Amino acid sequence: MSVYDYLYFIILPVLALSALLIFIRFLIGPSLSDRVVALDLLITTGIGMIAIYSIITDQPTFLDIAMILGLIAFLGTVAFAYYIEKKKRK
Amino acid sequence: MKSSILQTATNYLLPLLLLFSVFILLRGHYLPGGGFVGGLIAATAFVLHMFAHSVRHTRKLLRIHPGYLMPIGLSLAILSGFAPKIISGLPFLTGIWFPEPIPVIGMIGSALFFDTGVYLVVVGVSLTILFTISEGT
Repeated sequence: MSVYDYLYFIILPVLALSALLIFIRFLIGPSLSDRVVALDLLITTGIGMIAIYSIITDQPTFLDIAMILGLIAFLGTVAFAYYIEKKKRK
Repeated sequence: MKSSILQTATNYLLPLLLLFSVFILLRGHYLPGGGFVGGLIAATAFVLHMFAHSVRHTRKLLRIHPGYLMPIGLSLAILSGFAPKIISGLPFLTGIWFPEPIPVIGMIGSALFFDTGVYLVVVGVSLTILFTISEGT
């Protein structure tokens, strides 16, 4: 079993399953904070998938996209935290 | 929101992100990247600074109003379009290149100046929109 088989048949299905579970939490999440955490985790799972496709297709350029996606996920979480705190203070 | 962890991290992240945006801008002719994505990353760096400190601090850091970046970038792009017509009589927006590559930057041509204009316009537009939104609330 080569590394590519391992990536295709074990890692990618596990990541897809976790993305599905996180998306269910994103839909039913009772509070806004649950949804924000689920969104952050969804993007992090996406970064993992991009990294694996970058290994499979031998394209290091995809890693830059993963980097920018990580930056935007961080910024989005910070912005949500900022506005949730601002809303609570009113 | 006063968080000293976020403020200290942002002070180190801002120059790194600006450097990364310039790297993306210079790489953009043959590889993924370019003026638009580079400008968005630069705007993201300033927005992160805005969330960590305040809008007033980020405006002081920028020195000039971000709205002024839009006409500067647009006139740079227009000039890079007219440069081949003025220099060698070629049609509007023809790509002209210096014969020798410059170390670190690579080949310099009118496309680089056009991309720099796009970069400045994108930074100006996104920062104007985001500053206005966060001052309004």
